[in-house]
Amino acid sequence: MEWASSLQGLVGGILIGISAVWLMASLGRIAGISGIVGNLIAQRPKGDSAWRVAFLVGLVSGPLLLMGLGSEWGNVVNHPGAVVGQPLGGVPLMLVAGLLVGLGTGLGSGCTSGHGVCGLARLSPRSLAATVTFLVAALVTVYIVRHVLGGGV
Amino acid sequence: MNKQPLTLLASYVAGLLFSLGLAVSGMTDPARVVGFLDVAGNWDPTLMFVLGGAVITTFIGYRFVLKQPAPMLAGRFALPSRRDLDTKLLGGAALFGVGWGLSGYCPGPAIASLGGASIPLLAMLATMVLGWLIARRIA
Repeated sequence: MEWASSLQGLVGGILIGISAVWLMASLGRIAGISGIVGNLIAQRPKGDSAWRVAFLVGLVSGPLLLMGLGSEWGNVVNHPGAVVGQPLGGVPLMLVAGLLVGLGTGLGSGCTSGHGVCGLARLSPRSLAATVTFLVAALVTVYIVRHVLGGGV
Repeated sequence: MNKQPLTLLASYVAGLLFSLGLAVSGMTDPARVVGFLDVAGNWDPTLMFVLGGAVITTFIGYRFVLKQPAPMLAGRFALPSRRDLDTKLLGGAALFGVGWGLSGYCPGPAIASLGGASIPLLAMLATMVLGWLIARRIA
């Protein structure tokens, strides 16, 4: 077990938590990425879009900032200097995965951040059920792909 | 006083902190995520620390924040109130889990990784948006 990467995970997780608390304290909003960005795109809610765009710009600019500074703060497996890792699959797999992630988080009203972080922190039974469900589905998927099919993903 | 510029700044800062957290923790690397999900392989515990750190920080912070009468820059807290479970919630979560397991990307890291984007990631972002649009239609 690599303690350095676990520690970075903890520090990053706390940063994500601070972001969620800050967004609630300032705008009174749940820091759920699929909700913030998905509703911006699918709904374009009038008078409720500008803050979503600002959040989206922030969401893209963090890693860019770290890359620009040439920092060593990333935690990419086997690439100490990298901030962003490379996809594990090619275009066909990623097209399918993207559709499932978009459709699933749209229908399920949230993703890892909205349900997994903010929902669990609010002790929401819906978020707990959603988080257990997507975790189990992901665990089973990875098991099948890696150990049953023996795929390269 | 017009609060709009402050609102946008606050929201930008939230997005920035969020993506710095994703990058520092390594969640912008799908290998880290799939390494956590691969319990039968060479298991990578990183994601457990990320989720644990995020949930505990948010739990503690929300306890203080939600005692306030209103947020600093908005009229009220926009909190989901439903507590029931339905097939849309669980079916959606299951579909999302399969896509997450296949790619190692959930929406936050997929978007935050735009700065180092590759063709496969752009392909995923395109169908993710398509998925949101379809979900909106059938929901």
